[in-house]
Amino acid sequence: MVSSTKPLSHIKDGEKVKFVSVEAGRGLKNLLAAMGLVPNTEFSVVKNGGHGPMILAVKHSRLALGRVMATKIMVTKCLHSTLAKGA
Amino acid sequence: MIQAITAKAQKTITIALAGNPNSGKTTLFNHLTGAHQHVGNYPGVTVEKKEGKTSHKGSEIAVIDLPGTYSLTAYSIEERVARAAIIDEKPDVIVDVVDSSNLERNLYLATQLMEMELPLILAFNMADLAKERGFLFDLEHLSTLLGVPIISTVGRTGHGVAGLLDRVLEVADGSCAGQKREINYGKEIEGAIEQVLPLISQIPTRYAGSPKRWLALKLIEQDKEIAEAFEDAKLLAAVDEVVKRLTVLLGEGPEVVIAERRYGFISGACQECVKTTTEMRHDVSDMIDTIVTHKALGLPIFLVLMYFVFQLTFTVGTPFVMLLEKIFAALGAGISSFWPAGSDSLVRSLLVDGVIGGVGGVLTFLPNVVLLFMAIAVLEDTGYMARAAFVVDHIMHKIGLHGKSFIPMLVGFGCSVPAIMATRILESRRNRLTTIMVIPLMSCGARYPIYALIIPAFFPLKWHGPVMWLIYVTGIALAVAVAKILRLTIFKGETIPFVMELPPYRMPTAKALVIHAWERAKLYLQKAGTTILMASLIMWGATNFPRWEGVVTVERGGAESVTAVVEGSAEGGVTVGRGGGEAAQMQLTHSIAGRVGAFIEPAIKPLGFDWKIGTALVGAFAAKEIFVSQMGVVFATDGQGNQTLRDKLAESYSGLTGFCIMLFCLIAIPCMATVAITKAETGGWKWALFQLGGLTVLAYLVVLIVYQVGHGLGLG
Repeated sequence: MVSSTKPLSHIKDGEKVKFVSVEAGRGLKNLLAAMGLVPNTEFSVVKNGGHGPMILAVKHSRLALGRVMATKIMVTKCLHSTLAKGA
Repeated sequence: MIQAITAKAQKTITIALAGNPNSGKTTLFNHLTGAHQHVGNYPGVTVEKKEGKTSHKGSEIAVIDLPGTYSLTAYSIEERVARAAIIDEKPDVIVDVVDSSNLERNLYLATQLMEMELPLILAFNMADLAKERGFLFDLEHLSTLLGVPIISTVGRTGHGVAGLLDRVLEVADGSCAGQKREINYGKEIEGAIEQVLPLISQIPTRYAGSPKRWLALKLIEQDKEIAEAFEDAKLLAAVDEVVKRLTVLLGEGPEVVIAERRYGFISGACQECVKTTTEMRHDVSDMIDTIVTHKALGLPIFLVLMYFVFQLTFTVGTPFVMLLEKIFAALGAGISSFWPAGSDSLVRSLLVDGVIGGVGGVLTFLPNVVLLFMAIAVLEDTGYMARAAFVVDHIMHKIGLHGKSFIPMLVGFGCSVPAIMATRILESRRNRLTTIMVIPLMSCGARYPIYALIIPAFFPLKWHGPVMWLIYVTGIALAVAVAKILRLTIFKGETIPFVMELPPYRMPTAKALVIHAWERAKLYLQKAGTTILMASLIMWGATNFPRWEGVVTVERGGAESVTAVVEGSAEGGVTVGRGGGEAAQMQLTHSIAGRVGAFIEPAIKPLGFDWKIGTALVGAFAAKEIFVSQMGVVFATDGQGNQTLRDKLAESYSGLTGFCIMLFCLIAIPCMATVAITKAETGGWKWALFQLGGLTVLAYLVVLIVYQVGHGLGLG
């Protein structure tokens, strides 16, 4: 299975992904970094309602992330991914 | 050891509490300082500055609570403020409060403090929760790896606080020093640091105490604030070159790679020192979240909770408000009794009508304000507020605002003053200014008496509810439209990206709630004691001067001519006796306010208003509810209830005019307290006057259209 990069907004509930890059200004990149989202970080999508913000599990915290932002974050799916629910 | 410390007890030790939002920093601060707190603003910005005092083993300790931040870059106001406080105020000890149940993310800030080579202590807070959640720490080993003393604390119970203060004293007197630890940023970045270091010849005075390596790293991170401090064009050009090369080499901006390596360092340390026995931290939180952020249930749950907040604020608050009203009335009567009955003493009027009437009018809302902030504190401290922002973000986003803007706007239905204070929770200035500008459109409690006077005067009983509803909805609709327009024009800019932590749900402590509510109440009281007092005095002057001396024929814009022969002059104000009614009317029409009302009559005539309404509107600038009492005075009623006034209104005006009065009061001229608080919170007159002017123009246009169209349709 070849992992390809996708926007975070396309990831379903419960899937585990790895942060690849984000298309954003330096301020936003720093903000994301401070919240724990840096390249190569693995995290999972707790909730992606299809519209409105998403909920992510990053390290030991839960982050709410606006949809516009989520379309700009590129991730790859982790192999043997998926948490218990969804997929 | 104790003796050594007592010997040093003369000097006050300053500690600064740093830490992530939701790390329990504020709880720890409250525990340390109790009620000995002072809340102010950092100069020039609207970030709250909290300071307090405590003492330990004979040493006085001043505690600064830095704004909660995730990092120390120069990108957000909070981070700049926190960094400036550390650099400029040079606290003796920095205590970084770390949520030990969310260690890796929390240590990110710690690594940055470490790099500044400051006297640092890590408070591993929420140690109880971390244990409950199955984390086991080898604190001794971690402390060696980080080169920083670590104390485990529980902010809510105060467990470990004494040990923390012991350590603070030791660090402050130098008997316990941290070890310098450098993070290895990898070949490329370390090489770049090597290149930049020798170029730093002249360290800016502000950063005289900062290590060179940190400055070099910050320059490579392209930290604007630090780069600007170096006025060395050659150095900056050289750094630019280094950064460009690094970016090519790393395939990513160096600041991103630096952040990544910091996490790498943290994760390495944690692997050695932290054991996870179970992974259950978010189970309950996640379960609650699936319900409260549910696609269909989220919004209704939010609305129901908000309804409860308002029920609580108003139903529980009202008896207290009534009690305060009685107290102020009694106070006014008590002061009046020093003068003979029917006295026209100006001093009496100044005290009773000006000071007690004005300041008392605002102070009576204190119970509402305290309850409202208490309720908000509950929502914040439990963690629900972040979910509320999540739920409404989708809707708020459409009008260009952040989910969190909803909360101050909601508070605005109570009173604009605390609502504008509540915008402090918004990070982006543009977002905050937009929210402040539209808050007065949320129909506040003080406007209610106006509706309560007008609606029964002109509308049949079954219309009362719908008309009231229409007024409130008009306000909301205008707020949405104005916010959208502002965000497309003067507050243009990319919509604020919504990135927010959803902290795990927690039980709030009573102490925190009380402190929170008290802080707000204190700010509110300060406002009432200063700005609002001033405003009340000015308005009192405007309605009482120049004095009317007995026999005067007043002609007002041809509207009507009144001749009165009454001995003595007016009592002014609200509580006009039966005989004083006409005198009060004469005084008011003769006063500055009355003259202004008459002067603007030609301008407000197209709105269906006459000089009487104009005069009352001038009064409403002091406080919206004063409109009612001023109407009472201009119509020379005896102040014995609203019934006679309603009859007179119904005789004099059409229902359309009545509706237009309400509409105008809803939109126009935020009260003086609002203007004052907008000035204070935005840091200048510019936005306060913009708000005042903008809303008044908007009101004029809206009412003009409504009246002219209504008139054309033969409605009045």
